[in-house]
Amino acid sequence: MNTEKNKTTSVDWGSILRQASVPIMFIIICAVCIPISGLSANMLINEIVTRMGRNSFLILSLLIPIMAGMGLNFGMTLGAMAAEIALILVSDWQIVGIPGMVLAAIVSVPISILLGVFCGKILNEAKGREMITSYIMSFFVNGIYQLIVLYLMGSIIPIKHATIKLPRGYGIRNTVSLLGMRQKLDNLLAIKVAGVKIPVLTFIIIGLLCLFIVWFRRTKLGQDMRAVGQDMEVARDAGINVERTRIISIVMSTVLAGIGMIIYLQNMGNIATYSAHSQIGMFCIAALLVGGASVDKASIGNVFLGVILFHTMFIVAPRAGAYITGDSMIGEYFRVFVSYAVITLALIMYETNKRRMRSAAGQQLAAAQEKEEKAGKGTSEKGGDQA
Amino acid sequence: MSEQKAPLLQMRNIKKDFFGNQVLTDINLELGAGQVLGLVGENGAGKSTLMKILFGAADIAATGGYGGDILLDGEKVSFSSPFDAIAAGIGMVHQEFSLIPGFEAEENIVLNREPKKSNLLSEIFGDRLDTLDRKAMDETAVKAIEKMGVNIDRHMVISSMPVGHKQFTEIARELSKDQLRLLILDEPTAVLTEREAEALLDSIRGMSARGISVIFITHRLQEILSVCDTVAVMRDGVLVEKVPAKQTSVQEITRWMVGRSVDDSGKGARGAAEPANENAKTVLKIEKLWVDMPGETVRNVSLEVKEGEILGIGGLAGQGKLGIPNGIMGLYEAGGRVEFEGTEIPLNSPRKCLDSAFAFVSEDRRGVGLLLDESLEWNVAFPAMQIQNKFLKNYLGGLIKWRDDNAIREVTEKYIDELKIKCTGSKQNARELSGGNQQKICLAKAFALEPRVLFVSEPTRGIDVGAKALVLDALKKFNRENGVTVVMVSSELEELRSTCDRIAIVSGGRISGILPASSSVEDFGTLMLNNVI
Repeated sequence: MNTEKNKTTSVDWGSILRQASVPIMFIIICAVCIPISGLSANMLINEIVTRMGRNSFLILSLLIPIMAGMGLNFGMTLGAMAAEIALILVSDWQIVGIPGMVLAAIVSVPISILLGVFCGKILNEAKGREMITSYIMSFFVNGIYQLIVLYLMGSIIPIKHATIKLPRGYGIRNTVSLLGMRQKLDNLLAIKVAGVKIPVLTFIIIGLLCLFIVWFRRTKLGQDMRAVGQDMEVARDAGINVERTRIISIVMSTVLAGIGMIIYLQNMGNIATYSAHSQIGMFCIAALLVGGASVDKASIGNVFLGVILFHTMFIVAPRAGAYITGDSMIGEYFRVFVSYAVITLALIMYETNKRRMRSAAGQQLAAAQEKEEKAGKGTSEKGGDQA
Repeated sequence: MSEQKAPLLQMRNIKKDFFGNQVLTDINLELGAGQVLGLVGENGAGKSTLMKILFGAADIAATGGYGGDILLDGEKVSFSSPFDAIAAGIGMVHQEFSLIPGFEAEENIVLNREPKKSNLLSEIFGDRLDTLDRKAMDETAVKAIEKMGVNIDRHMVISSMPVGHKQFTEIARELSKDQLRLLILDEPTAVLTEREAEALLDSIRGMSARGISVIFITHRLQEILSVCDTVAVMRDGVLVEKVPAKQTSVQEITRWMVGRSVDDSGKGARGAAEPANENAKTVLKIEKLWVDMPGETVRNVSLEVKEGEILGIGGLAGQGKLGIPNGIMGLYEAGGRVEFEGTEIPLNSPRKCLDSAFAFVSEDRRGVGLLLDESLEWNVAFPAMQIQNKFLKNYLGGLIKWRDDNAIREVTEKYIDELKIKCTGSKQNARELSGGNQQKICLAKAFALEPRVLFVSEPTRGIDVGAKALVLDALKKFNRENGVTVVMVSSELEELRSTCDRIAIVSGGRISGILPASSSVEDFGTLMLNNVI
């Protein structure tokens, strides 16, 4: 959307720099770390392409709630859990390959919708505090997820295969292998260009989602979401059902996150049953912010730039860290640290920008007053001397 | 106009009370198709309430509905929500903009009425997945803007528009509704420049020629005379006059508006009885003050307050009178220069103001004024304790400060007694008191600070007559006995005239004049309407 075109006639470099400060910072970090890490260009590109295929879909699922003004939404974690439950069931049913993935997606969708509606209803009660509410709620739903996976699966929900079940007869093992699905999607139609494996089919699916999002922005529902996102009261006065629109946006996000998680896990080749989802929300949000998005504005471009920069840092930082300090754990530490730092920075910038806008209104008043004085008019209106 | 059929709008004996407080009494109005009615009256005269009733606003039904009948084309209607009113062909342009800031004018004009095209997905998932028909949106917007007769850039984003264009966007939105027959404009020219206002008046004439009736609410009486067929004047919930615009004048309307027979002017005005000391020195000097308080913008105000006086600040709502104390006390972004006894007081810093012995009783009693869930003792003593270290016992040479509960109780009880605050005791929670008594607590809190200058904002808003007199008397007594300079902001002119020495009238964010309290009501009325924005 090129709504920007009329905003300012002169280019305001200061504000552009401020907007792009996070991506620029990451470009610098990457530029410093890449040579130190000693990775070959080929290997680096290979890794980046793999991670783009793995993560992009998940991150794209964040765009719709941002459009609806619900900010950076940890509700996507709920979709990720739905996907894990679906994948555990499908692998117990021994359905492998692409059909297994499709079936898992089909199973995950109703669970995602249910969780999405639940999440949306709660977020409607906590307007303006969506981010922290959804974050805490993801912990709460994690508890329900653990109840299902640890106690109900195998006892109430039938699980046949001992390779998945814990030895005690119920509950799921720490790791569920997805060997039958491992990179099946990535390898189908994959091509190699100069030694770099490109998972064409995965990219096609991601591309379709991008097209869907572009198209969706032009639908009535998309327009309503943008309206609700910018001013709920005005939207309500115009007759838009604000609550329902917000719930739909969260449901779409959880459903897409579920599918994204299936793509993510087929690439990984196994499910870390109790931890795969725990940090996925944070990493996705951090990547999106690294790409230059803010709490109230994010584009598809932000997603891809974010994936590339954030994951380049992931790849090179541990090696660079190991090279400098001799300890490879520094990289793992670094990525968690940086994720939180980026999110914090984005939130601070959002607030300061809001404050800057407010004081700009005041400055305008002062300027108008000065101009008026120079013009020498308004003498009759000045009080004080009349009394 | 064909007179044989029923007029477009008839309002018969409209009555409305808010919890026993009568705000509208037997309003009768008629409006033919294509006619323009000018509705004027002071704030609180009942204009807005009347329009809310006509537009089916939710808070009317929530407060017990209204009495009387509204007829459209001779048929009785009853709107349960604004959407019903819109469907019946009534449009309203509110004082506050109802626009999506990041949307183009065009998108706002067709908001939630966008022309759509269906597609495969929308067949399956419902029509909200229809794509927007940008071309048809364009056409609708162009047509509406043409109808309005004022050209605005339909592709401009609202947030980057000058405020007048936002107003026009709203009007275009109403005009784009095909069923529109009656348009209510609530102070539309308030935000317009002179030329824009002129364009709007032309536009209203155009609407009228097309057969759309207009109810035009404004404080700019000249506009009413130039564009309206009929003028209706409201005062205190009663329709006092309804005359053809051609047969009246600005002076006459002003007199009807402020009402109260002219000969009682000066009676009870404090200034007449005790003329202010002309030689008193200036204690507070305000120069070139601007305040960015939403809805109460202050522009270039210079004002001098004399020691020991009560200075009133009056004016219509939204003209900026509330912005002056709020800006000086640092509650809203402000600029300019404020001097207290020759030393400059930094703006945007509430603490510095309080330290220099200013105190402020806010108009936002429940929000800013009180700790609702704390006891009266706490409410009275808290600021003094916090700012001036009063009511504290020092131990270990001031290292440990202990609250002096006895002193707090004493002072609270003293004020409860003095101000006749009705409560069960000094330990009662502030929330449980009535509005008037809460206001007295706010005053007690400010008195406990023992300020040199006291700002009081709307001290009698929302409290009953008896409490009003008590509050005003307490203020006067505090002023006289302690020699405290008081700056009092109020929308009630009578109250200002009976309390203050001098009254400054704010209009359009500026001081339009300062008069002694004994001046006539008409003089004040003229000042109020002087450069209304």
